[in-house]
Amino acid sequence: MPMHMPQIPDTLPTDGKPFNLSRRRFVGASLSALVLGALLPGKVVRAAQSQAAEIKPGTRVPAFLEIRPDGTALLRSPFVEGGQGIYTAFAQIVGEKLDIAPDRFSVECAPPGADYLLVNGARFTGGSFSVRSSFEVMRRLGASTRHMLLQAAATRLKVPLASLTTQPGVVVHTASGRTLSYSELAALAAALQPPEQVPLRARKDFRWIGKSVPRLDAHDKSTGKVKYNIDAEVEGMLLAAVQHAPRMGGEPEAIANESEVRAMPGVHSIHRLPGAVAVVARRWWQARRAVESLKVDWKEAAPGTPHAMPANFSSAGMRATLAAAPGPGISAESIGDAAKALESASQVIEATYDAPYLVHGQLEPPSALARWNTDGTLELWLPNQAQEMFQQAAARAAGIAPDKVIVHSSPLGGFFGRHFLYGTANPFPQAIQLAKAVGRPVKLIWSREEEFLRDALRPMGLARLRAGIDENGLPQALYAEAVGESPTERWFGRQPDKANDSAVEGIAEKPYAIPDRRVAQVYLEHPPTIGFWRSVGHSMNDFLYESFFDEVADAGKQDPYELRLRLLADKPRHKALLQAVAELSGGWKRGPFSASDGSKRARGVAMASPFGSEVATIAEVSIENGSVVVHDVWVAFDPGSIVNPAIVEAQVRSAVALGLSSTLLEEAVYENGMPRVRNFGAYAILPPGRMPRVHVRIVESGTPMGGVGEPGLPGVPPAVINAVAALTGQRVRSLPLSKTHFAGA
Amino acid sequence: MELTINGTKRQVDAAADTPLLWVIREELGLTGTKYGCGAAQCGACTVLADGHPIRSCVMPVSAVANQAITTIESIEEDPVGKRVVEAWIEHQVPQCGYCQSGQVLTATALLKQNAKPSEAEIAAAMINLCRCGTYNAIADAMQQLAKG
Ligand code: FES
Ligand code: FES
Repeated sequence: MPMHMPQIPDTLPTDGKPFNLSRRRFVGASLSALVLGALLPGKVVRAAQSQAAEIKPGTRVPAFLEIRPDGTALLRSPFVEGGQGIYTAFAQIVGEKLDIAPDRFSVECAPPGADYLLVNGARFTGGSFSVRSSFEVMRRLGASTRHMLLQAAATRLKVPLASLTTQPGVVVHTASGRTLSYSELAALAAALQPPEQVPLRARKDFRWIGKSVPRLDAHDKSTGKVKYNIDAEVEGMLLAAVQHAPRMGGEPEAIANESEVRAMPGVHSIHRLPGAVAVVARRWWQARRAVESLKVDWKEAAPGTPHAMPANFSSAGMRATLAAAPGPGISAESIGDAAKALESASQVIEATYDAPYLVHGQLEPPSALARWNTDGTLELWLPNQAQEMFQQAAARAAGIAPDKVIVHSSPLGGFFGRHFLYGTANPFPQAIQLAKAVGRPVKLIWSREEEFLRDALRPMGLARLRAGIDENGLPQALYAEAVGESPTERWFGRQPDKANDSAVEGIAEKPYAIPDRRVAQVYLEHPPTIGFWRSVGHSMNDFLYESFFDEVADAGKQDPYELRLRLLADKPRHKALLQAVAELSGGWKRGPFSASDGSKRARGVAMASPFGSEVATIAEVSIENGSVVVHDVWVAFDPGSIVNPAIVEAQVRSAVALGLSSTLLEEAVYENGMPRVRNFGAYAILPPGRMPRVHVRIVESGTPMGGVGEPGLPGVPPAVINAVAALTGQRVRSLPLSKTHFAGA
Repeated sequence: MELTINGTKRQVDAAADTPLLWVIREELGLTGTKYGCGAAQCGACTVLADGHPIRSCVMPVSAVANQAITTIESIEEDPVGKRVVEAWIEHQVPQCGYCQSGQVLTATALLKQNAKPSEAEIAAAMINLCRCGTYNAIADAMQQLAKG
């Protein structure tokens, strides 16, 4: 559900025109709090929350902004930073309107509250929604605040407002040369009524939006100063480690050596939790060592336990089950008559493609710090992408009202979808229970091994694809069945009569002019816990589709790039992007060809339409020692319009790296209901030595702002697979590539 | 047990086989050194021991009791470390930032021992994992630093 909110409407208002500030009451209420905010940081947000019933998200300045006595600004971001660079982007957007330079901002993640429900009445950091869903709100907040400050200055200087202007951080009366700093004016602004309308700076006058403003956090992150959740500390806290049941659904029974372990250094206590045992100790290392020493008898899940992991489950078996699941499934896209067109086609090709389960592998292992306060509140420090949802869930876990739960959201040490609510994949219920049991704050950290055991996996994906090709070698019909279950269905409910968008995204609604199409979902539940993983369904589905597309081109004796161009004749945005990536790579050439170092290479191309953005990708590969080397990846990326080109490019590179990691190396293998490996190394992720040079061209087509964090990923696996096929003649239909040995090329 | 951390001698109360990482984080309260895998696979926990990068998650504290340990907290006190940090900022390397303490320390160790490393030497030294894929930016920063 939340990853597939309807498209956000065009967020850029008409430049230069005034816009309506009709919410006088809210803006007015915010003025006193703006001042209060300057004087009493911290109190404001709670005051703001008490009026939740009336709050229209994104309208009340003090919930978002404080101007401090030193003239710097504190911005409470509705979305959490985890590497995407959104804190910097928000400082640019608000600063542009408010007239405070971005580097004068500090930004933190806002607590739960009605003010921040900016994604269609909810809030989550995901779906590449952060900037596109709040661009307009941030602009308006900045503009409103600036206007209040101007009004205050007009009163103070006894001059007409129109005679005033601002420079970063100060109001200037040009005629007299007098200036007043924003911090001096904040108090006075409280007594004034804001006007109905505020003029907005025209886009051509932007100083910071659209520029590669340096990231606010680069220095702190280069010197170890950022506090992640795993670093959180409160007075008197104890540390905890857990050992989970090897198979989901198992429960701890007898512990053979409990008294010995209790005597181990630093151990405070041993606990039985649902599906796990825990040790609380003075130090985490002591807790971990102790908990791993526990000899636990795990009772298998009682029959009928929901989502219990079958003892005979294996990922290889699951692949076979998916492949055998009967169609025709529930239609997600139906144009023309694909079945009939297949019958009359002069050539029909078919293939089954699959992509494996994956872990998130964010570098910061999950943790949760819980403290029960004497006033009956529960304070939680926990990594999360959805503050209100976690607050609600924590309240349920704790048996208290949601407004008694205080949530702190630190910057995330990577996430890629890891920190949504995933039941047993979140450590916070354990931390809450442990803190209650020991009567002290407890910080629980999952070891990397426990994280591998309980992460919510990117689901395995499989598609059966069939294409009918006409006598001219052009695809006439496409028939696709995507088999499986999407995380959206798992966590937000399934509509049994409807194909799920994220199960078929990347296969359905592709832009190519193929006259007869049927794309369907064959629903089949995954035994493991599944979750959102960077670019969700696109992370595998574009691989399934775009690789098969090249097979179709080959069967029809068409060049895959030319065929795409041809089938995009009526799609100017896509066509331009495809041409842009070809040009960026020095002109399309498939190869094989000889590179200057003597290696034989080839290129592959792919397109994807993820999260309101468009992307075209070309990859160049060779084979070394039987495995694939990716030398260069070119990406033309059209997110409509952007805030910070350097950050967008960095996000594309990052997405390419993760996409390539999944193409070359990653698979979470299950045997006997358990993951075969439980740490990096054995589960390989992309090392620096296998990173290609990534070349990015940003195209701003001016369409509504699309996502940035995820869209760079989906084109990578098919571009690489298509390049490998061009080079070796070998068509790999199952990821990752490390399963296939290639003869030297 | 006595440890020399960032030029200061500190008394620590920890079992001899406790990994240095946890002594640094929990006994000394220096949280810039990160736990990623605990198995010498990722490099997030990298610190310098007598100038050499080590993976502190698998290093018993007793094994480095006689060595000078440098963590990210003192990186800017070192002229080379300061240059590395500057290059990291110039090239806007960090994304989530979680791996970057280890990256910066590894880079510093290399450049202190070899002021102008070749591309191959850089590749051989800079082997820490980054799940955010900042590898291109790291390579660019290193190339600039290697010019001296
Ligand atoms: S935490 Fe030490 S190498 Fe990963
Ligand atoms: S910057 Fe996130 S892991 Fe490297």
